[in-house]
Amino acid sequence: MNKYLLYPGCSMESSAKAYMESLNTIMEPLDLNFEEINDWNCCGATEYLGINLIPAYSLIARNLALAANQMKDTRTVVAPCSACYLNLAKADHYMQERPSLGVKVNEALEAGGLQYKAGTLDVRHLIDILVYDIGLETIRSKVTHPLKGLKVVPYMGCMLPRPDYQNRWSDHEHPTELDDLLRALGADVIDYPLTTSCCGGHMTQIGPETAFELLRRLVADADERGAHMMVTVCPMCQMNVDAYQGEMNHYFGTHYHMPILFFTQLMGLAFGRKPGEVGIGTELVSSRNALTNIGLEVPVTQEPVAKRKKDEGLPMPRRWTKREAGKETVK
Amino acid sequence: MPHMTDERVRAGITHEEDLSLLNEVSMKTAGVSHLEMCIQCGTCGGSCPAAMDMDHTPRMLFAMLRAGMREEVLRSNTPWICVSCYHCVVRCPQEVHIADVMYTLKGMASKAKLYRNSTAPHFSQTFVYMVETFGRSYELGLVALHYLRHFPLRLPGMMPMGFGMVTKGRMAIPPKKIKHMDQLKKILDRAKQLELTS
Repeated sequence: MNKYLLYPGCSMESSAKAYMESLNTIMEPLDLNFEEINDWNCCGATEYLGINLIPAYSLIARNLALAANQMKDTRTVVAPCSACYLNLAKADHYMQERPSLGVKVNEALEAGGLQYKAGTLDVRHLIDILVYDIGLETIRSKVTHPLKGLKVVPYMGCMLPRPDYQNRWSDHEHPTELDDLLRALGADVIDYPLTTSCCGGHMTQIGPETAFELLRRLVADADERGAHMMVTVCPMCQMNVDAYQGEMNHYFGTHYHMPILFFTQLMGLAFGRKPGEVGIGTELVSSRNALTNIGLEVPVTQEPVAKRKKDEGLPMPRRWTKREAGKETVK
Repeated sequence: MPHMTDERVRAGITHEEDLSLLNEVSMKTAGVSHLEMCIQCGTCGGSCPAAMDMDHTPRMLFAMLRAGMREEVLRSNTPWICVSCYHCVVRCPQEVHIADVMYTLKGMASKAKLYRNSTAPHFSQTFVYMVETFGRSYELGLVALHYLRHFPLRLPGMMPMGFGMVTKGRMAIPPKKIKHMDQLKKILDRAKQLELTS
């Protein structure tokens, strides 16, 4: 039994629901046991750190303190979200690197009857434990439906391999963990030099032109390399590439259709689960055509919105055009 | 003190040194920032995927910090364009915690009310408001408030996406709330007091 504490993170319950559903399907075959941290709170993402220092770190540290209280068979906390992983690891690391921060954070925690000694826990990402604890051999042995013929580009994102406080990854800019894992599932892995390039993070919300260009680079390169889909380990990356691909296409006048799935969804499929069980169909850029390459029939899901038949008719607000976008540039 | 122009910074002219701003930023940054170790090599700007949209590259911003150009630094859009991808951080030969320095500068700029474009600060504040109210992030509330305030023109184009997110169950309508909100509130209140005294 491989036992770990789990910090799911907010997105696993909403925008990255498919990640959680598919994670649940691989627990039993891989003999994984996750104990969720009781009453965990949001890690603050990249937002709280830019407002106040002590409150931001105290918010993160409450989770670490709660996890430490639940420590019985394991001192490892697993976070499936790259931003959560980084924030938890960062708080733990900086409380040691700058002890005065640790003292202040603990003073704040005390107000809630908690405390945390930095270094108590080991913070790790889901793919880290799958590749290095469970092992590629075990994963390969559980594959019943190899993904032969499915061309994928592995997209690691930025916050997982960097800044890497504990030297966990094979490389900071071209890590191979995700490539290896997808290869173990039988997929045709395409070399993807942009694997740790940024998806834009929160820039889709605050400076869309900046984000659209970053997204275009990722999607265009995956497309040129002949990928059927991108595969990610991060809810934010999935959300940006998936949900904003339409707006990005509109902005540049392009017509890319590049689905992006979580690596756990492909693991579930390779372990013999049905597409519906691993959350396939919840992505906005449908992976239906891509999955026909491995002989999977995905039932058609309802198209989100019917297109208007004519452009004239009732007066409607104009669509957001490139020229207007220029006016809203963050300058 | 007369403010230096960007041209003078580019030319590497740093007249009488005033390190108080540099030290202040370094002290306010989590961890040991190594900011004073910057050798102006420019690896950061060269590694940055978003540098094309920045008023100043990180290298130039750090030269301005060293020159004590408080107002210009806090008006710069650079920290707000930073996407926290940590490319510069792992490449910096001096191990400056560049991304964390950017977080510090955002906080200082918000407090000084010097950055003119309010989109990014408002997004952070709305996000934090949700977290301080519910203990969890609340995407639907966040995007609704944020887009109505800053991108009303984007809303029509975004309807299919928002509709898809809700119908596919990827955006919860009611917010989730943690059980011990009172405990979290106490911790954050105490932390805010500590922030003021530090």
